[in-house]
Amino acid sequence: MKKIYSVLVENRSGVLCKVAGLFSRRCFNIDSLAVGETEDPAVSCMTIVSNGDERTIEQIEKQLNKKLDVIKVKTFDEGESITRELMLIKVKYNRSNRRDIMENCDIMHAGIVDMSKHMMLIQICDVPERIQLFIRMLKTVSIVEVARTGTLALPKCRDVEH
Amino acid sequence: MIGADAIVKCLEKEGVEIVFGYPGVAICPFYNSILDTDIRTVLIRTEQNAAHAASGYARVSGKAGVCAVTSGPGATNVITGIATAFADSIPIICITGQVNSELMGSDVFQEADIAGAVESFVKYSYVVKNVNDIPRIFREAFHIANTGRKGPVLIDIPIDIQNASISRFHYPEEVSLRTYKPTVKGNMVQIKRVVEALKKAKRPIICAGGGVHLSGAVEELREFSRRYRIPVVSTIMGIGVMPTRDPMYYGNVGNNGKPYANRAMNESDLLLMVGARVADRAVSQPDLIISNKVLVHMDVDPAEIGKNVGPHIPLVGDIRHIFQDLMDQEIQKEELHRAYEDWIHTLDGYRENMKVRREPNPAYVDPAEFITRLSEQMEEDAVYVADVGQNQIWSCCYHIVKKGRFLTSGGMGTMGYSIPAAMGAKLAAPDRQVIAMCGDGSFQMSMMELATMRQHGIPVKIIVLNNGCLGMVRQYQHFTYKDNYSVIDLSGSPDLEKLSAAYGMDFLRLETMEKAEETIAAFLKEDRSVLLECIIDPADLV
Repeated sequence: MKKIYSVLVENRSGVLCKVAGLFSRRCFNIDSLAVGETEDPAVSCMTIVSNGDERTIEQIEKQLNKKLDVIKVKTFDEGESITRELMLIKVKYNRSNRRDIMENCDIMHAGIVDMSKHMMLIQICDVPERIQLFIRMLKTVSIVEVARTGTLALPKCRDVEH
Repeated sequence: MIGADAIVKCLEKEGVEIVFGYPGVAICPFYNSILDTDIRTVLIRTEQNAAHAASGYARVSGKAGVCAVTSGPGATNVITGIATAFADSIPIICITGQVNSELMGSDVFQEADIAGAVESFVKYSYVVKNVNDIPRIFREAFHIANTGRKGPVLIDIPIDIQNASISRFHYPEEVSLRTYKPTVKGNMVQIKRVVEALKKAKRPIICAGGGVHLSGAVEELREFSRRYRIPVVSTIMGIGVMPTRDPMYYGNVGNNGKPYANRAMNESDLLLMVGARVADRAVSQPDLIISNKVLVHMDVDPAEIGKNVGPHIPLVGDIRHIFQDLMDQEIQKEELHRAYEDWIHTLDGYRENMKVRREPNPAYVDPAEFITRLSEQMEEDAVYVADVGQNQIWSCCYHIVKKGRFLTSGGMGTMGYSIPAAMGAKLAAPDRQVIAMCGDGSFQMSMMELATMRQHGIPVKIIVLNNGCLGMVRQYQHFTYKDNYSVIDLSGSPDLEKLSAAYGMDFLRLETMEKAEETIAAFLKEDRSVLLECIIDPADLV
């Protein structure tokens, strides 16, 4: 079962290591991990995507909550959340495939953010599956390098009824 | 005032009486400042034992034990002791010196990233980067170590921070940690569910773990058991929650426990698991125990509940508070009593008829019989520290706790624990008899501490069950590898009589059970260090 953990932590040195270490030590998988500061510079948000059975998922949440640097853990499914990932992908192009690449970018709402005589740097921000799809679409051209942020996610908006 | 003075002042504020440790340059400012106080320092002979001694001290005093060692190898040596305390949830504060903060990360002499290295064995750790943080950090550290699920906290302090001037020393009254608020009170809805379960149950049983000792709930649990006539078994860590010969106590469970204790637990229809983590040593198949019974799991650590087995009624909170709340519920005693008497009668039968029959070799000391006779002669409130190996299992099964304590490294199973832990226990309770029980293997892992005992006048009594080999491993190889013995021979061990003499200790030897009674009496006589060597059969099995 795939779960997303949105973990608010104290923005201190060593905290990333403690949280990542917890996963490896207790044999929990990490599919992706994204970290960044929140609106409060003293607090960071880690978005961790993990896989496991029900007991593992519960344990992950409890063990995270036990860490003294963890402020809050929110666990949710992909369906309950908006997920996004940003990818930068550099490809080699030539006269014959240049148009195809640009068409693919149009279809996928990707943008070309830098270019040289033979190289193109494309940015795409989408759900992880579509990022995967975009990589497959570009397999026909030669991919030079790829950088991905890992999944970011927040629960969908829901007004609390009073 | 410099940082080191501030550290010492923090320890005074926390009521610390004793620090176990081993100095080195990086912790010298601290050891210099401590000279100006009444805090006693004990120079342990290897750093691992400083943590064990702090652990023994903590378990008997109820306060956090403190150890202080130097950077690099001093710090890495202490890790096993920290891990041992972590596995048994024992509150200790470990202060480590560190190289100059500007040199950290550059692999200078005696530098080790100790905070990183112990991450998986501590409840929390600090690296002090600013001298003015010292009071807050120490206040937090003692709070964290000795509340909630207790455990070790490490404070790493670079030497320049120890030497830096502190502008103003203010020890905070309150701790404010937004990420740490352990649950104390049990949820009343769940407590009421437990009461309902008790009313329905015909065969209830309490399995008490180390958490009962740690939350100081021993009296409450005994009262609860007696008032409602609920039988009790225990894990290894829970030994001593009930006096061994209490009619309501049915022994320790587990693969090396009493057969009747395991049977009692298996046949119960309501199991109250109290401050125990349902680990493999106590319950070999956690999933099975819930198939035919209602499981109530009480623990202060929510992460323990559901980790190894999913309970029907989870109850998070401090055990002592939970039992107080349980006893405040208006349970009609009569409803329960009649239903339980048949069950108690059945268990009494099991206890009577399922005794383990041993066939001791008369040419040697029978450890089972010896341990029973020893505990009969021991003072009522004595502290008995079992090491790890066959001696631990025999101790668990045959030591009789009256009003004293039974300590051992239950979680980590660290050999060499008993002597330093017994020293810590003796310093926490100088008026009590303290006995360390080891094998010849575990004894040699900590025998350097005989010097510490002599130097600091710590009259711990030591028993060495000597079989010339690593008995527990031998036993395993006997069963698993069909007597293909590998690396278990301990010949080359010192003559314990001469060794005792070298350390100025009294020595006794027991070779058969013939003179057991008077030898034990001589061993226990007077409050002084004695080493008693018991020659046991290498072929004996637990």
